[in-house]
Amino acid sequence: MTDELFVVEDLTVTLPTSRGPVDVVKDVSFTVGRDDTLGIVGESGSGKSMTALAVLGLLPPGARTSGSVRLDGRELLGQSEGELRSVRGNAISMVFQDPLSSLNPYYTVGLQIEEGYRAHRGGSKRAARQVAIEAMERVRIPDAARRVDDYPHQFSGGQRQRIMIAMALCCSPSLLIADEPTTALDVTVQAQILELLAELQTQTGTGLIFITHDLAVISSIARRVLVMCAGDPVEYGTAEQVFSDPRHEYTRTLLDAVPRIDDEVML
Amino acid sequence: MTVAGPRTPTLLEVEEVGLAGDPGGGPPTSTGRILGKLARDKAALLCLVFLLIVVLMAVFAPLITKLSGWGPDEFDSGAINSDLGGVPHGSLGGISGEHWFGVEPQNGRDLFARIVYGARVSITIALSATVLTGILGVVFGLLAGFYRGWVDQAISRVMDFLMAFPALIFMIAILSSLPAGNRPVLLVVVISAFGWPYLARVIRGQTMTLANREFVEAARASGAKNVALVFREILPNLRGSIIVMTTLSVPGYIGTEAGLSFLGVGVTPPTASWGQMISSSVSWYSVDPMFFAIPGTFLFLTVLSLTVLGDKIRSVIDAGEAT
Ligand SMILES: Nc1ncnc2c1ncn2[C@@H]1O[C@H](COP(=O)(O)OP(=O)(O)OP(=O)(O)O)[C@@H](O)[C@H]1O
Ligand SMILES: [Mg+2]
Repeated sequence: MTDELFVVEDLTVTLPTSRGPVDVVKDVSFTVGRDDTLGIVGESGSGKSMTALAVLGLLPPGARTSGSVRLDGRELLGQSEGELRSVRGNAISMVFQDPLSSLNPYYTVGLQIEEGYRAHRGGSKRAARQVAIEAMERVRIPDAARRVDDYPHQFSGGQRQRIMIAMALCCSPSLLIADEPTTALDVTVQAQILELLAELQTQTGTGLIFITHDLAVISSIARRVLVMCAGDPVEYGTAEQVFSDPRHEYTRTLLDAVPRIDDEVML
Repeated sequence: MTVAGPRTPTLLEVEEVGLAGDPGGGPPTSTGRILGKLARDKAALLCLVFLLIVVLMAVFAPLITKLSGWGPDEFDSGAINSDLGGVPHGSLGGISGEHWFGVEPQNGRDLFARIVYGARVSITIALSATVLTGILGVVFGLLAGFYRGWVDQAISRVMDFLMAFPALIFMIAILSSLPAGNRPVLLVVVISAFGWPYLARVIRGQTMTLANREFVEAARASGAKNVALVFREILPNLRGSIIVMTTLSVPGYIGTEAGLSFLGVGVTPPTASWGQMISSSVSWYSVDPMFFAIPGTFLFLTVLSLTVLGDKIRSVIDAGEAT
């Protein structure tokens, strides 16, 4: 247990609402190892994003958490804001759903990658620029050395998501959380991004938490799967277990909704 | 941009600007591009040239009056006809090679010199007020829009109060009851105190939109501090709105200063001011219409140029952000 990179135990998130406090995440536990991928699936509103945000201490104001979140044995839950800031984007990075609005339209993409890098690693502007170019090459942006000085609107949606991934990986995090990183992209681009993530993961050994409501995506990328329903972790196990022998009614419903998955599992 | 319920317009009222609906929707419109577009627009260029002349007049006032020969406070009793109650000699209010814009009736002060020095007062007060309202409006707008909650409540209530307040009446009351002291500074403070909510309201709304944009969340998730989020991520995307709102507020402040001086609560004599000149010309307008026409024309053209220029800048920025 202790050799696991990232351990979440009995994580509960309570949000204040007009109807009183609501548990949007209830007693969620999972582990992610180095070079390991955990997929979190569930329908919209099941608490997937809240789980991810709780890990980074990015919950909306007034939220309460309990349980334990440990990275390399270090407790993150209840840490001070300053402490968490040094973790965010450094040891744990996050990629968001919408690549079109995840980049600040005011700055060139290079500058945004550089800023993220220098915030944690310091160093000269020139060194950071080199890091930015290398990061963009790594996610296969053609002609990266020239394109660092372009603005976000000069890139396609898929390229922007690649840039977000480049930014997330530039500080070599030990854990990357991708919250529906391909939902806004079309299917072929989706496949490329997934391939890229898998490839980068084998190169760097980063642990990956992949959030989606697309079971087809999960089956192609994740080793372990957590299924969530209305904040409850209804099923947790290896991908084969969950897909071939779903123990929970909810998982079966999800699987039935995606006929393609059955074909794949049959193989 | 929603317009709040009916309220009485005041001299301070900054035109409600229809800014590009989605702040930060595109790349920044560079200053060079704004200037380039303006230079190719004849009307904008004309306004720019006129404003440049006024600004140069204001900056080099002492030099210019040395050239023209008469200072703003020198009496030329030779230029007025004391038998006729002080009407200037000659037609058109005494315009001559000696006095380029004629002289003031009754005491014969040189109008050109007074216009030049008046430009100084108007521009200094209007620009200072613009800078002060700009800072107050941006800071409070950002605070209210970013932190929301009680911070927003407190700031918004103050803004509502200031905007609903009969500002002009209050300004007249406060300025006439306070000791003369440093009138220009007092004017700037009073104008700004009532002027900032109009900018802050726009900034607040746009900050709220921007704060919810994913790039702010993404920056937070990569370890940025709140200060960095506000000043590095949000503020630059407000640049267009700030430029447009502030440019369009300058003519309003020039008008307010002139209005208050006209009412006798602005800058104190003998300091020259366009509003004051218009005010004293009122009793002479039938015998010496030029005394009214000259400061009136300068005030009108300055306000018009600033308004036209502000509009042009807005359309350049809007077009830039739409692409
Ligand atoms: N600021 C908030 N205040 C109160 N409740 C919230 C807030 N944000 C989200 N919620 C609630 O928390 C629950 C979980 O939301 P979450 O964003 O984690 O869903 P999700 O699984 O990521 O869904 P999606 O697939 O649509 O992204 C939802 O029921 C939602 O209504
Ligand atoms: Mg979500």
